[in-house]
Amino acid sequence: MIAALRAEWTKTRTAGGGAWLLAGAVAVTVALSAGIAAATHVSAHSGQEDPTKVALGGIYLGQAVVAVFAVLTISEEYGTGMIRVSLAAVPRRLVLLAAKAATTTALALAAGVLAVTGCLLVGRLMLPGAGLDPAHGYPLISLGDGPTLRAAIGSVCYLVLIGLLALGVATVVRDTAPAIAVVMGVLYLPPLLAQAFADPLRRHIEQIAPMTAGLAVQATATAHSEPIGPWAGLGVLTAWAATSLLLAALLLRRRDA
Amino acid sequence: MTTTTAPPAAAGTPERARFTAVLRAEWTKFRTVRGWVIAPVMAAVLCVLFTYLVANGTHTDYCTGTGDCTPGHAFVPTGPDGQAVADSYYTVGRQLTGDGTITTRITTLTGVTSTAPTSVAPSQARQTRPGLTPWAKAGILLRPSTRQGSAYAAVMATGGHGDRFQYNYGHDHAGRPGRAPRWLRLTRTGNTLAGYDSADGTTWTRIGTAHLAGLPATVHIGLFVTSPVSFRSSADGSRTLATATFDHTVISGHATPGAWRGQNIGAGEQDFYPTLRSGGYHRAGDSLVVSGSGDIAPAVVQGLLGANTAASSQPFGLTVALIVLIVVAAMFITAEYRRGLIRITFAAIPGRGRVLAAKAVVIGAVAFVIAAVAAAASIPLGEHVLHANGAYVFPAGALTVVRIIAGTAALSAITAIAVLAVGAITRKSAAAVAGGILVFVLPSLIGSLGSGGAVTWLYRLSPAAGLSVLQALPRSALVDYPYTFGNGYYPLAPWAGLGVLAAWAALALAIAAVVLRRRDA
Repeated sequence: MIAALRAEWTKTRTAGGGAWLLAGAVAVTVALSAGIAAATHVSAHSGQEDPTKVALGGIYLGQAVVAVFAVLTISEEYGTGMIRVSLAAVPRRLVLLAAKAATTTALALAAGVLAVTGCLLVGRLMLPGAGLDPAHGYPLISLGDGPTLRAAIGSVCYLVLIGLLALGVATVVRDTAPAIAVVMGVLYLPPLLAQAFADPLRRHIEQIAPMTAGLAVQATATAHSEPIGPWAGLGVLTAWAATSLLLAALLLRRRDA
Repeated sequence: MTTTTAPPAAAGTPERARFTAVLRAEWTKFRTVRGWVIAPVMAAVLCVLFTYLVANGTHTDYCTGTGDCTPGHAFVPTGPDGQAVADSYYTVGRQLTGDGTITTRITTLTGVTSTAPTSVAPSQARQTRPGLTPWAKAGILLRPSTRQGSAYAAVMATGGHGDRFQYNYGHDHAGRPGRAPRWLRLTRTGNTLAGYDSADGTTWTRIGTAHLAGLPATVHIGLFVTSPVSFRSSADGSRTLATATFDHTVISGHATPGAWRGQNIGAGEQDFYPTLRSGGYHRAGDSLVVSGSGDIAPAVVQGLLGANTAASSQPFGLTVALIVLIVVAAMFITAEYRRGLIRITFAAIPGRGRVLAAKAVVIGAVAFVIAAVAAAASIPLGEHVLHANGAYVFPAGALTVVRIIAGTAALSAITAIAVLAVGAITRKSAAAVAGGILVFVLPSLIGSLGSGGAVTWLYRLSPAAGLSVLQALPRSALVDYPYTFGNGYYPLAPWAGLGVLAAWAALALAIAAVVLRRRDA
């Protein structure tokens, strides 16, 4: 297992795009958060806002880059035929998948910590300018605040779970383009579908969809209006990731490479 | 016999390969990959299927003031041109037979605004504060009957837009600026109606004329007052009421003898347009004081009706179809790089720009046809299901529906070409697929964060501006309404939005053409 891990780490480290993608994930997350913060103007007429959630809005975009990174870790091996070499070197296929999952987890975790820290910093510095300041009843974003800490840790976990979900899907699909489309479809389409419906159907869709359920952990001031509780929502996403990895493990064992 | 040296045909001919031959080669590549044929067909089927599901999941309830809700919708009048209109006002009038002239003077025009938004039932929103809305109207009205949605012409003083001559809900001529006091006159000559205004009652200026075809001999004439919902202080809008004082009212012509008759039009419980309270009139010496609430204008206050249009069930299905088309478009070029086929392609057709052009034509045509078929099937289906569920569907003219279908097809074709170009630049599908999908799903998701400003800019500048072609709700300069994205209005006009997307696609194609030429395959 140690050898398989080291092999995966070497592949990720040396095969060009990985480091750039993760750096890009951090950059686009923070950039989108900054853009949202710059475009936010809170007036007396707008309803209750959630500064932490607004500050973490960049995750909507950053998760896509993390997902692409995770998809590529295995789909590129299928694309180039490298997978046959990998499986010859590590004949126990589940060990190979586990090593890939561990590498993905570690790297998504690192990128997630950087991205979330950047988002919260941007929120703390920029959102008071948008009217989300103590004078209007919104405290400054601080990790000393329990719900904000929960949102920060939860968002990092969210990115890791998205990476694992994407890895599982890519192992099942084995081709980059459809795998990315499936992952992004699973993430982004249910919330769009939910917007077309009224409650209670909308709420049910948001409770079982990986993105809306998983991102409920970001809510602090408006937690009551989320479709699902913060940790329960992350649990739903964990179930999605686990199902996808389980299916991947089954198919990887059964199928010819 | 002399031997001649053959021209270097072997090197020259492939270079000059006719574009149709290149096109045929690319079309053959496309249609012989089974997945690439099945996927677009599936895209069309999914678009129709999801449009049906979304339309079928849309139910509207219609609630009366007493709190009883039943499926169905409030009554929305339909204007002479088939458009949805507001037609609510108070009128004091009588019948006029044949030609005639009505003259009056408005000495005061004042108004009040409800302190509660329109979402609060009128019975619980009695409190008001002073405030006259810019499109509060008071003046002279002439129409075949007081049936809502029928033709009309009116000359009026307004709260903030000066004197106006308007007819048939969308037509507007500006007269003298400023407010009351002023003199107004409306004349009928056959089917021709003319509006005049004057500062002193002796020097008259014609504001405009209207020809109302098929006007009967006997028509309703009268003074009217109305005052539309104001969105100044509340996103939901506040009901308003205007009061005008008329004097020196003279009718020349064959008017029915007897007293003036007051009528409240379109202010019932079943009417969609929110009115503050019933209007009315009373005499004060020689003057007539009339108050009214409502509007005579195109209907755009769709927040009160739900945002259903002929095309409103379609965007989700279209997004699903676009994702499938994006995957196929990306693979159409990246699969060649992956399998090394690109080297054979470029050996056969050394003009790389023509290969790119041929691929763009093939994938663009496929996406255009698939999207056109999907839209042509799903728009009528969605509209039918919405009607069957009792939802109000904003009427859209045949031209608008054709524009949305053609726009959907063009949007898909341009998107497919842009994704193909990005695939050619990166030689891998990841960036093309991920970027293509993000462009279309991200704006509406960020919109749910409540940051309207960011979304507006995305729909102006990013390729997502192309979605503006789906715009089906009408705008009107005669109605003060927040025409924001949250209320169903894209910031750009349909074809301008498509132009933004096309500019992005052209940029990607240009970069791809340069890169293909410069680098090794």
